[in-house]
Amino acid sequence: MITIEAVEKKFGDTVVIPPLSLRIQEGEFLTILGPSGCGKTTLLRMIAGFEQPTAGSMLLDGENIVDLPPYKRDMNLVFQHYALFPHMTVEQNIRFGLKMKKIPAAEQKKRAGEAMRLTQLTALSNRKPSQLSGGQQQRVAIARAIVNNPKVLLLDEPLGALDFKLRKDLQRELKQLQRNLGITFVYVTHDQEEAMSMSDRIAVMNEGRIEQIGTPQEIYHQPKTLFVAGFIGENNIMEVRSSRIAVRPERMNIRLLDEPTVVEGRICTIEDTEFVGNMEKLYVRDQETSESFIVYCYGSEPFQGQKGGEVRVSWRKEDEVKLQ
Amino acid sequence: MKRALLAYSSFILLFLYIPLMILALYSFNDSRINAAWKGFTLHWYVDLFQNEAVIDAFWNSLLIALVTTAAATALGTLCALGLHTYKQRTRTMMSGLMYVPILVPDILMGLSMLLVFSQLHWELGKLTLIVAHITFSISFVVILLSARLASMGKKLQEAASDLGATPWQTFRYVTLPALLPGIISASLLTFTLSIDDFVISFFVSGPGSTTLPLYIYSMVKRGITPEINALSTILIGMVVILMILSEKFQTKGTDGRKGQLPF
Amino acid sequence: MRKGRLLALPAVVWLAVFFLLPIGFVFVLSFWERGTYGELIKSFTLQNFGRVFDPLYGRVLWETLKIAILTTVLCLIIGYPFAYTVTMVSKRRQSILLLLVTIPFWINFLVRSYAWIVILRSQGVVNTLLQKLGLIHEPLQLLYNTPAVVLGMVYTLLPFMILPVYVSLEQFDKQRLEAAYDLGATPWQAFWSITLPLTMPGVAAGSILVFVSSIGMFVVSDMMGGSKVSLLGNVIQNQFLGARDWPFGAALSFMLVLLSILLIYLYYKVVRRYSAAKGGEEV
Repeated sequence: MITIEAVEKKFGDTVVIPPLSLRIQEGEFLTILGPSGCGKTTLLRMIAGFEQPTAGSMLLDGENIVDLPPYKRDMNLVFQHYALFPHMTVEQNIRFGLKMKKIPAAEQKKRAGEAMRLTQLTALSNRKPSQLSGGQQQRVAIARAIVNNPKVLLLDEPLGALDFKLRKDLQRELKQLQRNLGITFVYVTHDQEEAMSMSDRIAVMNEGRIEQIGTPQEIYHQPKTLFVAGFIGENNIMEVRSSRIAVRPERMNIRLLDEPTVVEGRICTIEDTEFVGNMEKLYVRDQETSESFIVYCYGSEPFQGQKGGEVRVSWRKEDEVKLQ
Repeated sequence: MKRALLAYSSFILLFLYIPLMILALYSFNDSRINAAWKGFTLHWYVDLFQNEAVIDAFWNSLLIALVTTAAATALGTLCALGLHTYKQRTRTMMSGLMYVPILVPDILMGLSMLLVFSQLHWELGKLTLIVAHITFSISFVVILLSARLASMGKKLQEAASDLGATPWQTFRYVTLPALLPGIISASLLTFTLSIDDFVISFFVSGPGSTTLPLYIYSMVKRGITPEINALSTILIGMVVILMILSEKFQTKGTDGRKGQLPF
Repeated sequence: MRKGRLLALPAVVWLAVFFLLPIGFVFVLSFWERGTYGELIKSFTLQNFGRVFDPLYGRVLWETLKIAILTTVLCLIIGYPFAYTVTMVSKRRQSILLLLVTIPFWINFLVRSYAWIVILRSQGVVNTLLQKLGLIHEPLQLLYNTPAVVLGMVYTLLPFMILPVYVSLEQFDKQRLEAAYDLGATPWQAFWSITLPLTMPGVAAGSILVFVSSIGMFVVSDMMGGSKVSLLGNVIQNQFLGARDWPFGAALSFMLVLLSILLIYLYYKVVRRYSAAKGGEEV
């Protein structure tokens, strides 16, 4: 669908994105996930056409689009702060793209109506953006983009400005919308939970590079690099037999020293405990290597260990993930 | 504390308004020489409207202000739009330079133009007044509209472009409509500045191009008369109306924020 | 969008021809000489600048500075508390108060000075009232002296102080004040150590505007000072429209500009210093 080949971006002498390649498949929900400043927004803006790559090529359905201005690219962007036109009503905003392409008024009306129905905006069609709530403005931004039937919808942290509850609701709505429309979504966010819950595939970006690309399960269970292992969820990273491995805290086993057991393990001291509702988090330190670990204890009864107490920590060999 | 400050502020407002009110009040006083109240009259207004010099000065002021407004708004709007396409650093520098004509003392601006006009052998009159008024108005228009364009950001233009609008369509359907309230408010400002100007006009006007402020000055120099009160009252009324109109447009179309004051 | 840049051209050319060129010409002219009949003689002389410091004009310069400083200080003392009050009331009242300050600002300052003439002249409101009450028998001389000129200047220039101070007070984060109270500062201490330093850019901007306007002002001194109070602006005006000694007038104007530039430079220093203190926010 979209093939990005060795695309590079420099601002002056600073390399923001070293040569990067990425294939986006038809109909998928791809999330570009990374901390702020990792170049994810720059990448998205290059796809949309607002930034010119310094080198490389980008193909949309086999056609090179690098030299096309944004208004000739068959994709639409949902802006971070929506960028709604303040002097137009909701409906005028949504019809804008169709009007620019000189689509007959009757069809404009029909398609805008459909887009408003999909985004539950029908009742608000005559409002101005300033009379809408944040969530409603967000919906207008999405309707304004999808009404054009783009091949690809690009979304730049579209939920970033909304509060937690609303964000959760809209995440599900967006995912639903993408399934119904069947168009490709390229979604940029720094929120790993958001990425995990919505995406078909996640591309984790760091310092302009794609560290790993895969399904949420792959990214979580088989992180390839130190960065991915540390960025997605909590992880215990350690050196074992001269290679670096990661073990998820929920895969760690913890027992009091005096419990009889056959498992070998590391003797650790409990440094701190945290109760977070569905589980207890234990911060422990290996007495021999002084590495520290996080262990999640699920269980109906609270863990007996006290702060300062000694415990045996172990894990299964198959839960180790080797990092590059 | 708050009470004391509020009382103090009311006092300052009285300080600002009482002289103007007294001025307006005495324009209706039926006495030529002194300040004792002799009864209500519209006599001075009638006199004023029969005074041909005043009528001439009024038409001169109006003509000059209208031409200045049209020209300065056009030049300034184009300039602000042009500057907006420049790189950040150039733009900052250029809009910094636009402040210079505002900061230069009026007296210097007036006399420097007088010098150049006289060297060019341009006859002082309406034309030189218009040229001078356009010169000091352009900066205000550019600064006002640049601030507005900056607060709009590039996002709206990018959004339009993303939705398939060509650069011309983007300008026609997004930039211009969003800028229009600003353009109207800038032209009202220009009109007010032009109608109001005394110092610069004082230097570059000639016989037959007396404007209202120039006429008031010469009247005051000749002696205090109730007609000046009447004329001043009319001017105050005009400014109040213009201000309220301009206030309406300044907030319209923005997200409720006021246009930046030129400071 | 490349073509868009040309849009700025007409205005830039206009300002170059009718603003920069004339100002440059005044500068050149200040080195020329005046002929017997007021005609201009091309030469290079520093004589005009020498005359600026001649005791006669030195006194004018001193008087101008004195009045300008007095006006600025008075505007600050009167204007700051007013601006402070404006920021304390509700948003709706704020805009009304601001409008009330801005309206006189746009009324021609000739009209505003004239209003005081109506009040202060011998047959004016104050004298008539005092005579009616029998407090005085002869009208008091309230006009045509330095205090009258200062009064006129403060009255016409006060909005120049209030508006920028208001803007900087408005941008000032009130939480910092609350933090000061929380740390045990009295309102007075908090004002002096937090509010005032952080609103210095506004104070500086207002002071510059008032000061620069008052040193170039000749109308207020002309109308309310009569021939008694002669300021730099009056002398310059007279050199151009009366005495026709243009080169000397040009030299005097440049003293005016020099003073203004010096002040604007100081302003930027203040702004830079205090905006650094604010944590680098733009002012």
